[in-house]
Amino acid sequence: MPGKTLYDKLFEQHVVRREADGTALLYIDRHLVHEVTSPQAFEGLRLAGREPWRLDSMLAVPDHNTPTVDLDQGIADPVARLQVETLQRNCRDKGVTLFDMGDVRRGIVHVMGPEQGATLPGMTVVCGDSHTATHGAFGALAFGIGTSEVEHVMATQCLIQKKMKNMLVSVDGRVGPGVTAKDIVLAIIAEIGTAGGTGYTIEFGGEAIRALSMEGRMTVCNMAIEAGARAGLVAVDQTTIDYVEGRPFAPSAEQWPAAVAAWAELVSDADARFDKTVRIDATSIQPQVSWGTSPEMVVGVDATVPDPAAEANAVKAEGMRKALAYMDLQPGTPIGEIAIDKVFIGSCTNSRIEDMREAAAVAKGRKVADSVALAMVVPGSGLVKRQAEAEGLDRIFLDAGFEWREPGCSMCLAMNADRLEPGERCASTSNRNFEGRQGQGGRTHLVSPAMAAAAAIAGHFTDVREL
Amino acid sequence: MKAFTQLTGLVAPMDRANVDTDAIIPKQYLKSVKRAGFGPNLFDDWRYLDPGAPDIDNASRRPNPDFVLNQPRYAGAQILLARENFGCGSSREHAVWALDDFGFRAVIAPSFADIFFNNSFKSGLLPICLASEVVDQLFGEAAAGEGYALTIDLEAQTVTTPAGEAFAFEIDEFRKHCLFNGLDDIGLTLQHAEQIRAYEQRRRDEAPWLFA
Repeated sequence: MPGKTLYDKLFEQHVVRREADGTALLYIDRHLVHEVTSPQAFEGLRLAGREPWRLDSMLAVPDHNTPTVDLDQGIADPVARLQVETLQRNCRDKGVTLFDMGDVRRGIVHVMGPEQGATLPGMTVVCGDSHTATHGAFGALAFGIGTSEVEHVMATQCLIQKKMKNMLVSVDGRVGPGVTAKDIVLAIIAEIGTAGGTGYTIEFGGEAIRALSMEGRMTVCNMAIEAGARAGLVAVDQTTIDYVEGRPFAPSAEQWPAAVAAWAELVSDADARFDKTVRIDATSIQPQVSWGTSPEMVVGVDATVPDPAAEANAVKAEGMRKALAYMDLQPGTPIGEIAIDKVFIGSCTNSRIEDMREAAAVAKGRKVADSVALAMVVPGSGLVKRQAEAEGLDRIFLDAGFEWREPGCSMCLAMNADRLEPGERCASTSNRNFEGRQGQGGRTHLVSPAMAAAAAIAGHFTDVREL
Repeated sequence: MKAFTQLTGLVAPMDRANVDTDAIIPKQYLKSVKRAGFGPNLFDDWRYLDPGAPDIDNASRRPNPDFVLNQPRYAGAQILLARENFGCGSSREHAVWALDDFGFRAVIAPSFADIFFNNSFKSGLLPICLASEVVDQLFGEAAAGEGYALTIDLEAQTVTTPAGEAFAFEIDEFRKHCLFNGLDDIGLTLQHAEQIRAYEQRRRDEAPWLFA
């Protein structure tokens, strides 16, 4: 019998029972909750007269709708305010731990969880948000669920799941200077496509992944969903253990040695069999810039906007034409000639302390171009913000002409007041360049924090390595 | 949950790949704390020429005459015919609720994004995967004649064209059972409460830090 993949191990460890057709009842260790996808689930519980199965598995935080300025004035939008108040009331009524407005620990759910040590190796982690894949960076099986499943987990601590197939994406060798975790994952998506991981759990491995910090690994796993995979994974190593140690929700000192010993098993066996393996040469990865309306529509900064006429697949070519029309771009245009209106540095993909440092290193001693209407930095949590300020990063950004905001999802999905106006073009460190994602008619180009900062300074995309 | 057994319904063809859940229901409508009422804003950015928001009356907006669901021949469609990777992106179940609220009971495509596929069953919306060539053929037939309807038989796992050509589709036995009988997942799972407790007890002993 071949060995087991990390995913095989995590899945099997959590099976409560199996149906005849292989459908499993999977136990959930950590349930993260936010204001947008939970109200109908709490309502469902109430209507059925049910109580949460295990309160201590739940951790809630408002992040999608929250303002990034003037927090003391509350939420101006009455519909958004009602949603946040509904979360507050639901958590109070049921006794769910909430990191509420005004709490320094509040932040984007996928930044807050790991930062608190609420995400641990070997856990199953779910949240009503597709970017729950982020937590797979810890060797945890983490995936996004819909609201009906949020209610299901609340009521039963379990989910009904079919096992996915195993894919290994191995990024071999080391990336060059100026090439980041974001560029690695965008290059992976360009290679396998936005549906390439559908039906799979992707384990990211190889020297370039092993060399990443936990922040970098979270950036990579975060966008597994943009490659179609509900869950991404990175095997546990010393980097993982060092990150977790001492965090508020981490195992106690007495439990720590046993936990670390158990976590050592959270790697794929040497003879594990993957249904699919993709190898990517890290040395060939350039800083990436997306040009279209799907995350797979991405090229290196030194490339040009591709031509649909050169695409053999008719459905794909039509998709490219629609994307170019929406983005108002011409085939053959050098990426470096695309001018931008706004810059957004933030989101669950790129708002951790390392991302802040990476962007600040580019911004330091420089000025945002006059042609850029708004360049904003939105730290992922109150604690990231505090740490960045302790390091003086806020001063660097403010001196350069960036705005330094309060934590939240912000312009990644523009549910709050931060958004693009129709026709505006944005260099964004977020994860989705879909039509209208950052505001109706807005045009999103996905990049790393360093590349976003460089674009802010230049007023157009530019190779951060040449700045 | 609503049961799904058999359906003969008008087909609306949406000829683009990678339709994401942001397109199905844009973010400004996710602020609702209700489960119903999303239908009028299904595909909002494509469906109307002017911008929309929860506080804007859709009656005051100009429908986009080129958008497929605004064409009179597709009024009352219950089956959406789509392309690869339908429902990609965000996990928002509001996308399924919007399709359901609009009147769709099934979506046929060559492939679906995993979370959307999974969410669909929870609201009684049946996602059906058919081979690319078959979907191509159905797109051709739907465009050729007005009033094109397909018959979906969940028990037999078939999609049948007006000409009587039947295509088989796959579905997990357990999902089929739940959808066919309109069963509540949570109620089913709670029948196994003892097993869940037993699992929990074992894990508490093995890995107590998970229960801190």
